[in-house]
Amino acid sequence: MARSKTFQDLFKRYRRPGDFIISLVSFLFGLALLAALPRQTTWVDGQPLFGQPAFWPTVAVWAMVVFSGLHLLGAMLSERIRGRTEEVVYWLRSIEFAIWFIAYVLIVPRLGYLPSTLIFTNLLVFRLGYRQARWFAFATLFSIAVVVIFKGLLHVKIPSGEIYSLLPSGKFRLFVMIWL
Amino acid sequence: MSDFLSGLNLLADPAVVFALFIGSIGGVVIGAVPGVGAAVAIAILLPATFALEPLVGLTMLLGIYGSSMYGGSLPAILINTPGTAVNALTTYDGHPMTRRGEALRALGLAYGASFVGGILSIAALILLSPVLAKVAPLFGSREIFLAALLGIVLVVIAHRGQTLVAGSLAAFGILINTIGLEPVRYTQRFTFGQDWLSSGVDLIVVVLGLFALSQAFVLLTDPERAPITQRVQGNMFTAMLGVFRHKRVAGAGSFFGVLMGMIPGVGEFTAQFLTYTYAQKTSKDPDAFGNGSPEGLVASESANNAVPAAAMIPLLALGIPGEALTAMMLSVFYVHNVVPGPGLFQNSMDFVYALYIAMILLNVIVVVFMLFASNWLIRIIRVPTRFLGVMILTLSFVGVYSLRNSVIDCALAAGFGIIGLVLKRMNLPVVPIVLGMVLGGIMEVKLRAAMARVKTPLDFVDRPIAALLAIAIVLLIVGHVWGLFREKRRAVPENEHDHDIHDSQTR
Repeated sequence: MARSKTFQDLFKRYRRPGDFIISLVSFLFGLALLAALPRQTTWVDGQPLFGQPAFWPTVAVWAMVVFSGLHLLGAMLSERIRGRTEEVVYWLRSIEFAIWFIAYVLIVPRLGYLPSTLIFTNLLVFRLGYRQARWFAFATLFSIAVVVIFKGLLHVKIPSGEIYSLLPSGKFRLFVMIWL
Repeated sequence: MSDFLSGLNLLADPAVVFALFIGSIGGVVIGAVPGVGAAVAIAILLPATFALEPLVGLTMLLGIYGSSMYGGSLPAILINTPGTAVNALTTYDGHPMTRRGEALRALGLAYGASFVGGILSIAALILLSPVLAKVAPLFGSREIFLAALLGIVLVVIAHRGQTLVAGSLAAFGILINTIGLEPVRYTQRFTFGQDWLSSGVDLIVVVLGLFALSQAFVLLTDPERAPITQRVQGNMFTAMLGVFRHKRVAGAGSFFGVLMGMIPGVGEFTAQFLTYTYAQKTSKDPDAFGNGSPEGLVASESANNAVPAAAMIPLLALGIPGEALTAMMLSVFYVHNVVPGPGLFQNSMDFVYALYIAMILLNVIVVVFMLFASNWLIRIIRVPTRFLGVMILTLSFVGVYSLRNSVIDCALAAGFGIIGLVLKRMNLPVVPIVLGMVLGGIMEVKLRAAMARVKTPLDFVDRPIAALLAIAIVLLIVGHVWGLFREKRRAVPENEHDHDIHDSQTR
């Protein structure tokens, strides 16, 4: 394959499998937003056009519809690229990891930051096919390092776990609630 | 001179020095790992920096931004995989040099060129700063609106071949920014009666989703890869000095880097390409380009490393970010109620100088670090990709959740993560969404302010800078359309070109 030869080449990107699907979805999304536009924005009496609250959403939605419509037209007129189904399946497979992420988000306020992170990383490492003990050790070390750096040193706002309140009151519980 | 000394004084704070070290070294490591670019790291760290002083937070982020390209050249040269998106051109000449047993020379040239590009660009900008301080106040509301519009136009047409998608994505970004309670008339915009949408969609949620979570999802869904690398032996310092045999190319790289870095929406790719083309056309051995030409390598690395300093210019002088990383940095300013723009150059020149001096120091720290650390970094880039995905996913949680402990923010970020994954798979850019969000907000405010003093449409461009910007916008659009027609006439087949130079998966 030839390397970049012209200035215009620098800015070129080409279609990949799934181009038609993405153009169709974005066009339909644009149309849905256009249909919702009158109810989701307000034109205020006596305001100049450029000061209207609805001005920019209208510009943006119309631009989305026009651009994605032309993109769809281009995709329909272009030669089909093989591998569309495999590509869509790939997109759908990635949703599994979004679910893992949301599950992690949901357990942190209950179990606490460190226990949740330890469980999350070790389970996910197992799910990904790592079976040797060293990977679980790495996951554990990484989890501890993240909690120490972000909660301990940088003091980012992450609430302590509900489960911590079950610990007997005293210095240890205080330590766990502040640092872990 | 007093501003310069005052800037030096600001940097004497131990917290700033510490942030500089962490940012510089961290940036190199992050850049060296394929799949974790500066954008991922900055997106994750952004909320954590809100608790820091503006200079401390910005120094850390700038450290990551400026040093990631040094690290990114390592896998580009050794394993033909760019560590960051802007090291793609480095693979053209760097890896062939490795294949013929010149890995040390290639790495030395890349580091040396990055250093020369970085230092020359910062020196140029320090000298330019007094001029910028005079020019920046000439930018009123209408000029800033037009500059932001120019940024949007440039980021759209820069994606030739996918201009329509880039336009649609930029418009999507503008729309996302309008969601919520509108602050002037207090009307709801696209909230669908949902309370959680009234406060709008936070830029950080979008950025973390599009850059960090999407990258984690890609790494976790893709098959496992663990790069195999070999140790580099020899004297790195001597290899770095080799760049002085290519002073002319390194100088050209710095020049184009500064020029292109200052223009919103353009950035590293254009600077690299112009330098590469110049170097090839003026070389005694143009056929070696793409097959292991030291000049090609110097062109690529000097140009990309000259951009970060220049990219800070529109951000600091006008408050307009030119690309995704500076757009993220803008939020650090906003959180601390420091409004970048003409006033910053007039009233806080010491702060601007402090940032530039910090960038000089980061280049020095990184180049010293690279003298000894290449073989250590080679071990780091062997981290299996799926394990890396687990790490990014875990770190992304901190970034999103620490913002306001909101499960909805996390769900939204996951949604944007899926969108980002689809875009990366399609080799489509995510940057237009981010720039659309940021520049859309700026355009709305500035247009409203500007129109209060405008009676007829021509009044809008009756000042020289506004007129120049308007002409530039029109010429760019006309030139783009003309270029499309010309290209159509030439009818070059699609498979004649390297389609992956822009591979957005490495962002």
